[in-house]
Amino acid sequence: MMGLTQFALNSMAALWAGLPLMPPAASSIAESVDHLYYFLTGITVFFSVLIFSIIFYFMIKYRRRPGQKTEPETHTSMFLELSWTIIPSIICVVIFVWSSALFVRNARPPANAREIFVIGKQWMWQIQHPEGPREIDALHVPVGEAIKLTMTSQDVIHGFYIPAFRVKKDVLPGRYTSVWFKADQTGVYHLFCSQYCGTNHSEMIGWVYVMSPTDYAAWLSAGEQSESLAQQGARLFTQLGCDTCHTGAASSTGPSLAGIYGKPEKMATGGTRVVDDTFLREAILTPSTIHVAGFAQIMPTFTGQVNEEQLLQLIAYVKSLQPQERTNGQ
Amino acid sequence: MSTTATIDHAPGAPAEPQINYLNARYGVRSWLLTLDHKRIGLLYLGTITVMFVVGGIAATMMRLNLLEPQGALVEPETYNKLFSTHGIVMVFFFLVPSIPATLGNFLIPLMIGARDVAFPKLNLLSWYIFATACCLMLYVVATGGVDTGWTFYTPYSSLHSHTDVFLAAMAVFIGGFSSILTGMNFVVTIHKMRAPGMTWFRLPLFIWAMYATSLIFVLATPVIAVTMFLLMLERVLHVGIFDPALGGDPLLFQHMFWFYSHPAVYIMILPSMGVISELITAFSRKKIFGYSFIAFSSLAIAVISFLVWGHHMFVSGQSVYAGLVFSVLSFLVAIPSAVKVFNWTATLYKGSISYEAPMLYALGFIGLFTIGGLTGLFLASLATDVHLNGTYFIVAHFHYIMVGGAVMALMGGLHFWWPKITGRLYPDLWARFAALVIFIGFNLTFFPQFILGYLGMPRRYAMYPAEFQALNVLSSAGASVLAVGYVIPVIYLIWSLRNGPIAGPNPWGAKGLEWTTQSPPLTENFVKTPIVTEEAYNYETAPEPEVARV
Repeated sequence: MMGLTQFALNSMAALWAGLPLMPPAASSIAESVDHLYYFLTGITVFFSVLIFSIIFYFMIKYRRRPGQKTEPETHTSMFLELSWTIIPSIICVVIFVWSSALFVRNARPPANAREIFVIGKQWMWQIQHPEGPREIDALHVPVGEAIKLTMTSQDVIHGFYIPAFRVKKDVLPGRYTSVWFKADQTGVYHLFCSQYCGTNHSEMIGWVYVMSPTDYAAWLSAGEQSESLAQQGARLFTQLGCDTCHTGAASSTGPSLAGIYGKPEKMATGGTRVVDDTFLREAILTPSTIHVAGFAQIMPTFTGQVNEEQLLQLIAYVKSLQPQERTNGQ
Repeated sequence: MSTTATIDHAPGAPAEPQINYLNARYGVRSWLLTLDHKRIGLLYLGTITVMFVVGGIAATMMRLNLLEPQGALVEPETYNKLFSTHGIVMVFFFLVPSIPATLGNFLIPLMIGARDVAFPKLNLLSWYIFATACCLMLYVVATGGVDTGWTFYTPYSSLHSHTDVFLAAMAVFIGGFSSILTGMNFVVTIHKMRAPGMTWFRLPLFIWAMYATSLIFVLATPVIAVTMFLLMLERVLHVGIFDPALGGDPLLFQHMFWFYSHPAVYIMILPSMGVISELITAFSRKKIFGYSFIAFSSLAIAVISFLVWGHHMFVSGQSVYAGLVFSVLSFLVAIPSAVKVFNWTATLYKGSISYEAPMLYALGFIGLFTIGGLTGLFLASLATDVHLNGTYFIVAHFHYIMVGGAVMALMGGLHFWWPKITGRLYPDLWARFAALVIFIGFNLTFFPQFILGYLGMPRRYAMYPAEFQALNVLSSAGASVLAVGYVIPVIYLIWSLRNGPIAGPNPWGAKGLEWTTQSPPLTENFVKTPIVTEEAYNYETAPEPEVARV
């Protein structure tokens, strides 16, 4: 008898282990998202149980009996109508404020976040670390450090999703989107594509490796030493002949690129635009849409000559230029 | 069932009317050229049943495939076509026309005391357009299918998919015109053809719901037509509209798609709400609680539904501020739905409640719609949506609304008005059994998917990590129960056509003009135009139910 009970308990425990209810929580925001989730689950259970109980109670209490005549009753009540309009409204306001505050906070990466680049393509994730290492369907990150991913797609829309971090963002062709997180538990976690992208969508998955800072440093420097993204960009800058116009001299045909990243630039059409990844991308691919004040709009388009990876290298290079540096690519 | 004969010939049992809309004329031509709204409603019922079977087979194969993490049945390529077929067929060719084109067509003139809809020829035309679109879609399915998902997201659909996206988009495009014509027909009918004394606030709430639905049909459907047209243009002529490689904007497609498809959710659920108001009152024999609140909440939902499309795009890369605005509007649309649930529940208070099959469906609807609606809060709320968007949580949520809500209401409505439509009763015991099987099967199928979603399993995955298997097996097991639940009614409803006891004009003792005429009604609906002197659901003056348990 004892054995049987033990067996039943063990089976139930095994079943329970096979039926997890919550994913691992391994980022700085995971817990706060889970709290909101618990609250919403509580609201759902409360109102479902309330409605179900009332219905069951009425079903039994007011079941039809032979010869029974329904008594004339009230069929409208302003008090009730107002209460069941206003109370749910108040609950909704609470949820809205709570979740929006969390969302806005989670939307903005901290200024000191480490940047890593992601290119989605059918059907793999290509990860590019600024220090040089490149990986496919795997992302190595240090624990406890804010990581900002700048992402783009080479073909269709993909979705970058790490359930354990409670973060997700669509990855679009032709533009950059970004997502950030701070992993707070070392371990290995799922990386999924969450936006249907064609035949092998369900195989566009990978792993996120959260490592201690020392392990991460060791990982970065292991393997064959490659150039950093900015160095590769510098080489490309010369190869493509960018440096013939963007010489960095005051008299050059194109504006100097030294120190412009993150700064506002005056546009010929009036107003200013901050130079960011999107700005540089447009300037390289569709220069006709970007006309910097004081310069003739003569830059040719590089659409078709540079791929997504090379674009990221060029951007990394421009970003690396300090104000005093000359931009002759060397 | 052996008691059928005795009930059939029981003394005092109602006799079958000599002439009705079903036997007034015979032959295929009399159906294909009919202008009778009742017959057109039945043509629609036949068509959507075929489409439901096609979409259901696709769903069954998907659930079978998901029994194993590596895919138990088909290649990913085929799986992608299965969920696309399931989605496109069920949304555009089953759910959108389901209640409006079948029960709506059949009941609107009967409920308002009219001879027919305002434009009977247009009504037939809209069925032909719909049937053409269905044939085109079935052709696409038969010749290799389409793999874009029902959402047709660009640039995958416009330039990358190797399947016949053009014809599938064409089918959706064509089908839309039938929605527009039906909506227009209903709006005019409800405005102009009400019987003397049938004022707006004496209308059954089903009519209010159909009116709100028709407004969305007319105002939203052109947008999906434009969207599909642009998609076809880009796919065939490579005009750069959505693909950034051609200078287009992929998010523009999503904005346009959801500008139709979110209101379309309410095209699917508003008519169900109308049906539920009729069923709850009939089986608790009570006036509806808060008539005007339910009526106006339908209109409120119809209006606000146009302003919430961006909540499908919280992680698409749209701005944070757009996210905030769409989030608050999405919470706003939840309120009128909550108001309806509370009013239906309050209607039961001090009623005289009985539990025939239609009532079981109605109560099932309230329960499942409540869960479906409340889980919508998780998705309207930005921080949780980031995690849940694109996962099985979404799948579970909208199936609670679409299947737990819309299909339960369609089944309830079909069982409620079946005696009016066919003049026959079905075996209520079997019907109640089927309702129970469907309720259990449904929950078993879709509840585990809420958990799968929070665990992070993305939707549209032909394969999945092994740790998700237990919940997937549970869900597939539920789907087989659900499938059995759907087969049972087909059997006894067909059986009842010949063998069911004669129903008589008003077997439930229900209020409403449709119950004052014979069953099945005359082609002209009423011998004499009825004159309405009381509000809807005045059950104090209702006849006693005469339904005999079979």
